[in-house]
Amino acid sequence: LFSFLPERSNLAGVRHILLVLSGKGGVGKSTVSTQLALSLRHSGKKVGILDVDLCGPSIPRMFRVQDNDVHQCDSGWVPVFVDQDRSISLMSIGFLLEKPDDAVVWRGPKKNALIKQFVADVAWGDLDFLIVDTPPGTSDEHISTVEALRPYQPLGAILVTTPQAVSVGDVRRELTFCKKTGLRVLGIVENMSGFVCPHCSECTNIFSKGGGEELAKHAGVPFLGSVPLDPQLSRSLEEGRDFIQEFPKSSAFPALTHIAQQILDGTSQRSS
Amino acid sequence: DCPGTSSAQAGRAAACQGCPNQRLCAAGAGAAPDPAEAAELRERLRSVKHTILVLSGKGGVGKSTFSALLAHGLAADEAKQVALLDIDICGPSIPKMMGLEGEQVHQSGSGWSPVYVEENLGVMSVGFLLSSPDDAVIWRGPKKNGLIKQFLRDVDWGEIDYLIVDTPPGTSDEHLSIVQYLSATHIDGAVIITTPQEVSLQDVRKEINFCHKVKLPVIGVVENMSGFICPKCKNESQIFPPTTGGAEKMCQNLNVSLLGKVPLDPQIGKSCDKGQSFLSEAPESPATSSYRSIIQRIQEYCDRHHFQEEKII
Repeated sequence: LFSFLPERSNLAGVRHILLVLSGKGGVGKSTVSTQLALSLRHSGKKVGILDVDLCGPSIPRMFRVQDNDVHQCDSGWVPVFVDQDRSISLMSIGFLLEKPDDAVVWRGPKKNALIKQFVADVAWGDLDFLIVDTPPGTSDEHISTVEALRPYQPLGAILVTTPQAVSVGDVRRELTFCKKTGLRVLGIVENMSGFVCPHCSECTNIFSKGGGEELAKHAGVPFLGSVPLDPQLSRSLEEGRDFIQEFPKSSAFPALTHIAQQILDGTSQRSS
Repeated sequence: DCPGTSSAQAGRAAACQGCPNQRLCAAGAGAAPDPAEAAELRERLRSVKHTILVLSGKGGVGKSTFSALLAHGLAADEAKQVALLDIDICGPSIPKMMGLEGEQVHQSGSGWSPVYVEENLGVMSVGFLLSSPDDAVIWRGPKKNGLIKQFLRDVDWGEIDYLIVDTPPGTSDEHLSIVQYLSATHIDGAVIITTPQEVSLQDVRKEINFCHKVKLPVIGVVENMSGFICPKCKNESQIFPPTTGGAEKMCQNLNVSLLGKVPLDPQIGKSCDKGQSFLSEAPESPATSSYRSIIQRIQEYCDRHHFQEEKII
């Protein structure tokens, strides 16, 4: 028997797509993306991360695979697996740069072209979750990514902020972006929410406190939790270590795993 | 939909059919700076003595915070006229940090008026053009570039000693455009902001690379969030650890100046949120002394530059 197989989209095997956004830079989008992936993996899920930050791709180093190359196969690009387990795979422009210090100095149209390719041409295979990590803002990368993902009906977006008003001010605009583009807001994460001194346990609100939670209330979206500043987390990201596996007693662990649990609960509710 | 005159599709897109400029765009005329426009910008910016760009490859390291404090620091000399231009179109933080939220831009015969914090400190930002804090600017590159050009061409800055330009993170439209448009005047240089950890430095090296590519001198690097002293027990914690040697090592490797390191201080964020100058609110903070010393070094750099220019004439 000779049967024709329909051409299968590279995203056909991906069960849930979610975006990690923020109007503001440096609040922890990539951190939340990686820790969410690690937590979901610990719950037995297969996860992919698509890094569409073309100017500042942070994801590869956070898994210690920054020196890896990307290979092609019949269906497109093969994502980079983080380890032998093959339970986390990544795609980032970071893998395509000849030298890590090379600046990607592109205007919008060129960025848009690569993003379309990243969405369509990565052979993810079967994934439970595809997490899309984004740069700050509401511009080319965001418009193009949402447009390209629309046919695949993303689950929605997690918005990350730090507690202070300057950050919340930008994230309000990101909420508007979600509304305008029809992207469901899964919830808001308040990152860098307090620092507990490891020497004396005094808590200092270095970047203020509560702004993310207030914004969630004001905007009528779920508040996914506050993640404290945790030098062990920062260090794990620097060294490409699995924080969730290695530091379960560290201060950021409960909040990060709670975020993942809420995402999992959300998806199991949807399927039942 | 016009793809934009400087787009790769200029003159070639389906929407270009029938447009009177199609031939010009297809020939690449849109990509080259319009000589009339360049002359117009040159005229407008003739009265600007010093221009400083505040850049970083990385988001959230303190560019806007630093730009605001640099502006306050330089404007402390009432004889100097300072202008702060915020070209972060999607995430304009400057109005809030300068205590100017809710202000709107006024038009006059000579152009747009900057919003003044002090008599000698004027500010411009897309934030002043938005009517609600929820308004999002969801624009692609070409439209952002258009507004940046307007900011330079249509704002009546008057005679300025220092023009400080605060930028969004990255190496994209805004950065290419500002360098291109400001070639009508001269840019003294760029101040690059980073935090100590490699996740930041890896982006900042790209930014320094960008500066070399577009022949923008680097005045130096500021390492922000450099350590935290617990207010209770006074022990230091490295919240953002310099696992690869921090800005110091990077500056050595790339042969650029390290202007200074600024520690974390909860009062900094608070002052920014309140729209007050941290330098005035917390004059005794170690962070304030670091900022003041950095600002002085930048001033000295500009003065040397000016002096050299005069010598050439």
